[in-house]
Amino acid sequence: MANTHNPDMTPGLVNAYEPGEHPDWPAPSSVKGPAHWIKTNLFGSVTNTLLTLLTIYLLYKIIPAMVDWMFIDAAYTGTSRKDCEAQASGACWAFIGTRLQLFIYGFYPEAERWRVNLTAILLVVALAPVLYDNVPHRGKALIFTVLYPLIAGVLLVGGIFGLEYVATDQFGGLMLNVIIGVTGIAFSLPIGICLALGRQSHLPVLRIVCVAFIEFIRGVPLITLLFVAAVMLSYFVPPGTNFDLLVRMLIMVTLFASGYMAEVIRGGLQAIPKGQYEAADSMGLKYWQSMRLIILPQALKIAIPGIVNTFIALYKDTTLVIVIGRLDILGIGRSSLADSKWQGLSTEVYVFVAIFFFISCFLMSRYSLYLEKKLHTGH
Amino acid sequence: MAETQTAATAGAIGSSKGSDDIIQIHGMHKWYGDFHVLKDINLSVKAKERIVICGPSGSGKSTLIRCINRLEEHQKGDIYVNGIELTNDLKNIDLIRREVGMVFQHFNLFPHLTVLENCTLGPIWVRQTPKKEAEAIAMQYLERVKIPEQALKFPGQLSGGQQQRVAIARSLCMSPKIMLFDEPTSALDPEMIKEVLDTMIELADTGMTMLCVTHEMGFAKTVADRVIFMDGGEIIEQNEPHSFFDNPQHERTQLFLSQILAH
Repeated sequence: MANTHNPDMTPGLVNAYEPGEHPDWPAPSSVKGPAHWIKTNLFGSVTNTLLTLLTIYLLYKIIPAMVDWMFIDAAYTGTSRKDCEAQASGACWAFIGTRLQLFIYGFYPEAERWRVNLTAILLVVALAPVLYDNVPHRGKALIFTVLYPLIAGVLLVGGIFGLEYVATDQFGGLMLNVIIGVTGIAFSLPIGICLALGRQSHLPVLRIVCVAFIEFIRGVPLITLLFVAAVMLSYFVPPGTNFDLLVRMLIMVTLFASGYMAEVIRGGLQAIPKGQYEAADSMGLKYWQSMRLIILPQALKIAIPGIVNTFIALYKDTTLVIVIGRLDILGIGRSSLADSKWQGLSTEVYVFVAIFFFISCFLMSRYSLYLEKKLHTGH
Repeated sequence: MAETQTAATAGAIGSSKGSDDIIQIHGMHKWYGDFHVLKDINLSVKAKERIVICGPSGSGKSTLIRCINRLEEHQKGDIYVNGIELTNDLKNIDLIRREVGMVFQHFNLFPHLTVLENCTLGPIWVRQTPKKEAEAIAMQYLERVKIPEQALKFPGQLSGGQQQRVAIARSLCMSPKIMLFDEPTSALDPEMIKEVLDTMIELADTGMTMLCVTHEMGFAKTVADRVIFMDGGEIIEQNEPHSFFDNPQHERTQLFLSQILAH
């Protein structure tokens, strides 16, 4: 960039030599650099120029007002809405601040919240070897990853090893979204792979079962499945069995995502040329070997955008648990609005929840781009 | 593993009249739906024999060699490979496939693995060779096809001719007894055909049993012990190359040869 300002290159000199005569010179500023980029990309034609100006005008109208409301004219401390209004006319973040614990932990007992924090830290440890393959001692770390769901369950629910028992109806807030989201994501991918392979199987019974399952899941809204899980499932299990409501929800959300996952992966499988199957077969690889070593690595790579799409949709769908009476981060926000001290602050709540979801989903989408780049092998 | 193989071999040889032919096909038929692709194929191949199969497109020559390693299923007749009968028995199919290497028209390298990984995959997973040893063997074969320096690249970074040579090396890494070539040069640019044919000629000189479906008549003249002409799903004529090219017996063979040797 800096070399566009070459002192030897006066504008008149640009045409003083034939192109290619001075490969040692930097390109003239008229074909390179930020000025050129702006000229060709933003003001390349009349329509382009009008659109650019219109966009700049809209941004000018929106951004300063938003920044003003969110940061400059916002109140960060106080114990009621009146305190906020006394300080500033913008956002009242004191409302979120005083309830932050509730937003994160729900009704999890205060004295036990370190368990939630520990579970979250261990989650990062468990995810690292899955997300990055240059983690030291990856093999051993993956064993921990496999054991993690069990460890997390014990830590959060307790009741053994001297940990106090915490009923799952006390789970709430952000923690609930993360628990459901991560469980759904972790289990829907392998189940989805099995369903996709089953759907392509030569064994008719297996194929029909898989197709029926996938079509059923895709034909029913998630809310319906959650109601079924909450209300109807107790008819199907023997009386007296206490099948935890949260576990039922986890199962439903996972199965729901698996159905979609299966179709996304089937798309990837169909993109693999027949020759890959034949080459694997002719080598003498067994079915599962050729799937694991040859077909799935390629099919999953192709399916990454769709897979991450499904993950993100699942993650946002975790807010639906409100229909069966569990308060996730959005539910906590909505119920907070009923507090008479803080009435009328719904914008702050929804902006806060939106920011939380945006950050989580944006990270997922960035990671998927990183993964696609890493797996690109020039074919 | 070795025991089962010997047992299977012994059992099969008894039923195949104890001959030393490495491939035996008797009265084999194949249909695609109603379409009769292969009609009453009888073929015996001796160990170390080099056979070139030619014929117009759609004559069933590719299908024939793909029946030998069960990429295609035959419906009638029987096939013995290395003394083992090809049936629906998956164990037999696996035993045969590990002794039969195949090179495809479109290379079919695994694009997500490096050249070296392509070559070691079979030995490691099918033959349970330790990784270090498999890599040493793979490097030997990559040297033989003259591209050891590409070992750590991905197939997508190589030219067509290089990819096909990798595919040949990949098959050889499994130390097969038989090599099948399914139009190995048909998808290549003309300037790359020679490098692949040279590799195949060298391989022929090592005494490998080879069945090649190809239109490269020069190759057939140089290395083949026998040339087979197929048309309409039948073996029309087979002979050693001299007589085959200079003195074709059958009318359809004469027509075919006149067409492909015309220019």
